[in-house]
Amino acid sequence: MSTTDDVPIIDVRNLIVGYGDNVVLKNVSFVVDKGGIFAVLGGSGCGKSTLLKHLIGLYRPFSGDVLIRGKSIVRSAQSDKDAMMRSFGVTYQNGALFGALTLLENVLLPLEEFSSLHHEERVLKAKEKLRLVELDGFESYYPAELSGGMRKRAGLARAMALEPDLLFFDEPSAGLDPITSAELDKLILRLKKDTGATFVIVTHELDSIFAIADRCIMLDKQTRGIVADGNPRELLEKSDNPWVKSFLSRNNLRYCN
Amino acid sequence: MPMPFDLDQRIEDRIEEVGSFAKHIIDDLIRMVIFTGELSRIVWESITHPRRVRRRETLYYMDMCGTDAVPIVVMICLLMGIILGFQGAMQLQKYGGDIFIADFVSLVIIKEMGPLMVAMICTGRAGSAFAAEIGTMKVGEEIDALRTMGLNPVRFLVMPKLMAMLLVMPLLTVFGDIVGIFGGMIIAVIKLNLPIVVYYNRAMGAITPLAFMLGLFKSFVFAFIITVIGCRRGFSAGNDAMGVGRAATSTVVSSIFWIVIADFVLTFFYSMIGE
Ligand SMILES: Nc1ncnc2c1ncn2[C@@H]1O[C@H](COP(=O)(O)OP(=O)(O)O)[C@@H](O)[C@H]1O
Ligand SMILES: [Mg+2]
Repeated sequence: MSTTDDVPIIDVRNLIVGYGDNVVLKNVSFVVDKGGIFAVLGGSGCGKSTLLKHLIGLYRPFSGDVLIRGKSIVRSAQSDKDAMMRSFGVTYQNGALFGALTLLENVLLPLEEFSSLHHEERVLKAKEKLRLVELDGFESYYPAELSGGMRKRAGLARAMALEPDLLFFDEPSAGLDPITSAELDKLILRLKKDTGATFVIVTHELDSIFAIADRCIMLDKQTRGIVADGNPRELLEKSDNPWVKSFLSRNNLRYCN
Repeated sequence: MPMPFDLDQRIEDRIEEVGSFAKHIIDDLIRMVIFTGELSRIVWESITHPRRVRRRETLYYMDMCGTDAVPIVVMICLLMGIILGFQGAMQLQKYGGDIFIADFVSLVIIKEMGPLMVAMICTGRAGSAFAAEIGTMKVGEEIDALRTMGLNPVRFLVMPKLMAMLLVMPLLTVFGDIVGIFGGMIIAVIKLNLPIVVYYNRAMGAITPLAFMLGLFKSFVFAFIITVIGCRRGFSAGNDAMGVGRAATSTVVSSIFWIVIADFVLTFFYSMIGE
């Protein structure tokens, strides 16, 4: 995908990540260009969420660097890091909504803390975001009163509150039935079209990948790195790695577990 | 071949156990000091920018830790006053010093038992709830969500709790003091046939404003200990439901431990200034 701006929105260089003595991923390098949906694919336990948390600057890698819009999030001072974090939105695996707040208050929170709008304008904006994810009418519900799919959508609304042009989404389809999951995919496609934002999506769901991803990288637990990088359809047709082919044609889904 | 009961080995094991327990306490203390340092920065920030403290949450925790704790505080402190009354009456009667029961009960309650009982209640109620709440938020990635929103979890989650506890625990202690002294009066009247007025006058004479303030200062310190330990245990909880449970339990145990240590240190210093 070509852009006028030649600095990629995310540039990952030789990342080595893990916990304690345990290396989860090593020598991971890839570039995400502006626009489109970028998917991180792999079986559960491959380190997808771990990679995501390093991309958004929550954890410090053992070595390597992550550049967001050309600026290192690894080596930034905390105040710069906070500002960088505010420039993108993150939706977590289970929504990560604040249980003590209603849906509306959840979406309002980033607006209250970081926007100079008046209270009424903020409320309007938060309601608009909830409408965008088809949760209008649920403003006064608490997260505990919602289904898993609704929580993820509400998390998405909160991630979009400050209108970031980069959105991360951890496992949009995990724990959802196929129909709800397909609806969420459609919603993401629509949001991509409406907002023009770049989406980085972590998933192990093949249907999702083929439905929405413009490009994907595939992680593997054995090699602890990237085994494939490209458009999912093209990978399925052209990849000469038998494991990638079998994963994408779902002959061997349990390989990674 | 190792002997089944190798005495040297067992002694060594015991010594090692004691050593690792001591190390555990010291590690804990170091981590608490680091956390307190971070917290002090945020407290300073809140003093200079008071609007940054989330008022709604503060009120919520004042309700939870304060209003909701009043019945149990009244109950326990009343009983504590009665117990002290009984114990005191038995000893004082021997020497014909019946009238001093008012001095004894009111001073022990104000200086020691009021702040301590309230602290124990708040540890069980609020401290463990703080640890469980923050631990659950950690499991649900809510802490991560806060950080990626550029919100400082300490400012956002700890400050409202700390503010609420610092305001509410001294208040609860005043309540506890009053009912505790009242409890002593019940015994003085029933068991020692002391007139209410006499008890009241003696008690008011015994309590100096300084003793009262020093008692409140204790509860101020206890509030800080309970909040810091509860929140820190929550942040360092294991990433599952069991981890959250353990965090809540260990909060109660170590809070009680550090409260008693702090009480000892404060009482020691108070005795040096003659209180
Ligand atoms: N907080 C953590 N501490 C230690 N190990 C972890 C932690 N989170 C994940 N791991 C380990 O890292 C590996 C990758 O986990 P994760 O990134 O959650 O996988 P995925 O999201 O692909 O299912 C797993 O083996 C897991 O056990
Ligand atoms: Mg995951």
